[in-house]
Amino acid sequence: MSARFLAGMLAAAARLISGVQVQWVDSVPDPRQAVYFANHSSHLDFVVLWASLPAEIRSVTRPVAAQDYWSTGLRHVLAVNVFRAVLVARHAGKTDTPQESADPRLAIEHMLAAMGNRESLILFPEGTRGTGDEVAAFKSGLYYLCQRKPGLRLVPAYLNNLNRILPKGEFLPVPFISRLTFGPPMTLEAGEDKADFLARARDAVCRLRDL
Amino acid sequence: MKKLDPQLVWAFLGVLGLLAVSSLIGWMIKLAVKKPETQAAIRNLNARIGAWWVMSAIFSLTLLVGPVGSLVLFGILSLLALREYVTLLPSRRADHRTLFWSFFIFTPLQYLLIGIHWYGMFAILIPVYAFLFVPTRLAIAGDTESFLSRASTIQWGLMVCVYCLSYAPALLMLNIPGYAPDAKLLLYLVLVDQLSDVLQYVWGKLLGKHKIAPVVSPNKTWEGFIGGVATATLVGTALWWMTPFRPRVAALVSLLIALMGFAGGLTMSAIKRDRGVKDYGTLIRGHGGILDRMDSMCFAAPIFFHLVRYFYVR
Repeated sequence: MSARFLAGMLAAAARLISGVQVQWVDSVPDPRQAVYFANHSSHLDFVVLWASLPAEIRSVTRPVAAQDYWSTGLRHVLAVNVFRAVLVARHAGKTDTPQESADPRLAIEHMLAAMGNRESLILFPEGTRGTGDEVAAFKSGLYYLCQRKPGLRLVPAYLNNLNRILPKGEFLPVPFISRLTFGPPMTLEAGEDKADFLARARDAVCRLRDL
Repeated sequence: MKKLDPQLVWAFLGVLGLLAVSSLIGWMIKLAVKKPETQAAIRNLNARIGAWWVMSAIFSLTLLVGPVGSLVLFGILSLLALREYVTLLPSRRADHRTLFWSFFIFTPLQYLLIGIHWYGMFAILIPVYAFLFVPTRLAIAGDTESFLSRASTIQWGLMVCVYCLSYAPALLMLNIPGYAPDAKLLLYLVLVDQLSDVLQYVWGKLLGKHKIAPVVSPNKTWEGFIGGVATATLVGTALWWMTPFRPRVAALVSLLIALMGFAGGLTMSAIKRDRGVKDYGTLIRGHGGILDRMDSMCFAAPIFFHLVRYFYVR
């Protein structure tokens, strides 16, 4: 079975289980290079976001995932061969604190190399899964990425109800209907301060919550 | 392939004719009425008619497959309805495992029991076993916040979306002397119940003036209710030949189906208004969700089943 066929099957299964209703608000699907960034509350988040992209965008879009979780057994096979995930290291043992990863520069280099000139990324700037009630402060990776790649298109997205389908600590899903809202693309503005930019990016995600 | 029951063929042809006439009327209205303020309503009407073709095709095909087809269809409808229901209602993290049981153990089991004709267990699985299991599992989960309301929300969802709806395909396990045990009774229930919905909508659109329940369901009118129930009863009476009933009994039974259908629509609307939404979902174009279409069936099916079982099954 080819990885591509398996990817299509998995995308269909993810859409079925999550019953995801996708909407693009002030924004249209665009296969050009971008970073899709969203709130994070479930292991299913990136699978559902990835599965909801039109096939021609999906084929050039790679999720950024935590090396410690996605490096064992079947998960590793899926992450590397099917989703073509970019695995980055988190700060060992400190994944629930807002601390930066061991060497953020290394992770950024890794992402840049994976993107090249045409690949897009899926990124969860909160760094770790929340309860789904609040969106945590964004870590700085998104900012450094934009600094290194001026003009990079950032597409905000909000994932609703994924924390109900597969909350933190559960391994069996309950098929609630989820909602995924993409918002208008943004970019890092010239001379924009790191904290301002991260707050603006987080705001762009939160604003999609009730649309 | 087994020979088709000629009465079933007639009923199918009737549905086909009805759909064709509806599409023709929808098409004529679209050509005749050019007022911009009515365009949205006309588009919705034609979307509804289009969805009726799809729903009728799926339902007819599963009827032709046999009891397994109907069981699988209604089992899936129950899962989709329950999914719309739980998504709309509040739940807490601690409900997760109980909900998993509801979707993946109780729902399949309920339909399996119909499949193996175990009537005694079918009738009590959810009202007795699931009823007691749900609060117990929630108590084990240890979160006491709004405990009773969370437990009853899940119990109620299982009762309406799974238990009540499963009574429709359960008609296929009834053994009625002198009446071939096939799909006609289920088709009859679905026809009268769904036509009653449609006719209430049509009469309401044509003559509707006096609101019957303005707070709960702003689109329901006395004119729609009386016209719809009366015409559905007429249709149900005229279809007596496909049932084990005499014409007079068919009139009474179809009146009851229409009234229970109205009760279902009203009750399920009250939940939507409480949660501040118009529809349960978006799965059926022009209609809303599965639960928007099946609300009347959830209330009509159990009553119809038990009437038939009490008076006609020896």
